[in-house]
Amino acid sequence: MAWTRDQMAARAAEELRDGFYVNLGIGIPTLVANYIPAGVTVTLQSENGMLGIGPFPYEGEADPDLINAGKQTITELEQSSYFSSADSFAMIRGGHINLSILGAMQVAANGDLANWMVPGKMVKGMGGAMDLVAGVKRVVVVMEHTEKTGAPKLVSACSLPLTGQAVVDLVVTDLGVFDLSRGRKPVTLVQLAPGVGLDEIRAKTDAPFETALAA
Amino acid sequence: MADKVRKDAVEALSGLLFDGMTIMSGGFGLCGIPENLITAIRQAGVKDLTVISNNCGVDDFGLGVLLAGGQIRRMISSYVGENRLFAELYLSGRLELEFNPQGTLAERIRAGGAGIPAFFTKTGVGTLVAEGKEIREFDGELYVMERGLTADLSIVKAYAGDAEGNLVYRKTARNFNPMMATAGKATVAEVEKLVPVGALDKDNIHTPGIYVDAIVEGVAYEKRIEQMTTRPKAEKVPV
Repeated sequence: MAWTRDQMAARAAEELRDGFYVNLGIGIPTLVANYIPAGVTVTLQSENGMLGIGPFPYEGEADPDLINAGKQTITELEQSSYFSSADSFAMIRGGHINLSILGAMQVAANGDLANWMVPGKMVKGMGGAMDLVAGVKRVVVVMEHTEKTGAPKLVSACSLPLTGQAVVDLVVTDLGVFDLSRGRKPVTLVQLAPGVGLDEIRAKTDAPFETALAA
Repeated sequence: MADKVRKDAVEALSGLLFDGMTIMSGGFGLCGIPENLITAIRQAGVKDLTVISNNCGVDDFGLGVLLAGGQIRRMISSYVGENRLFAELYLSGRLELEFNPQGTLAERIRAGGAGIPAFFTKTGVGTLVAEGKEIREFDGELYVMERGLTADLSIVKAYAGDAEGNLVYRKTARNFNPMMATAGKATVAEVEKLVPVGALDKDNIHTPGIYVDAIVEGVAYEKRIEQMTTRPKAEKVPV
């Protein structure tokens, strides 16, 4: 059985380390906050200007002045701080954030990431994604292994406009986990989701990859 | 001392609006947007505007009302995904759009207000964003040159302010407002609470009054929430 969205988030959460400052993207990455391992304390950064994101507010207690980067209402913690967008991206660009977990439309074998634009179709914008992948020390992508059409998303070369070049360290999909190391070494399959076979994942992956599964 | 306090948003913008101008507008999504000043610009009807703002509101609120009124010719933004009209106008060629990475946009505005004409960043190297821009290598890494940004007018929203123009923002409603306040040839601020001079903690003023030309206490704030997310009271707190 391939991993569910929550199982993918839980696997990505294994990349968290105690004391990390972490930025979580919109979608499955947001779910990672629900699976922080026991004994690990992390501080979540929101690029609209907050460190220390708390849980969703209780019904009736939402504050319109307190949202995350996905525009969802949130709460603050005792240790939270607020700052401007310029300060926020100084943290991001300046390499002060340990880990960024975000979604993708395509990831290439050389570590390239595309997640912001489909020419002629989607005009949403990159938001903070280009800054995050350029500045954060470690970048983990969580994505479905293929498009709804079945087209592979882990590809030899991105056909969509890039968000960043050679920026992806690790890819977690519903079928397995791949180490990319920002293109510094060959793509390596390091984990398979339970019940997923090597033949299946090969058939659904465009990028060439090596295999180093734990025994 | 010049009196910066205006009685309403229309008076605050009096003499500052003209066709073809560039306006910076604070806010992230609908959080911390200058609601009263946007409404006054809608009513004034100025057109062919270039608007610099992280987002463009939603279809019927925030900067979306200026789009709907056909007043915006060009947008500089990082994300406009919440606005159907925006996509329609852009894809049909009736609206010009310049996407900036969010951090690059914030820094361009900060730089513009600080008298820095350009800077180098690694954000966007090797992407569409860097096309046609100078690339330079520093310490073995490639960086793209981005220009500082200024505007004819900046409109910002703060929580509290005084007649001197000192501003204090609240929680994540701060976002782009402080930088934009520095980068307008004229800056107009609206606040939820206009307080007596001396009432704000001098050590905790986010925008010093020098950047603010006019200030107005806003009325009838809607402060619309885009994504209401809550949990039931009975639930245990995670983390």
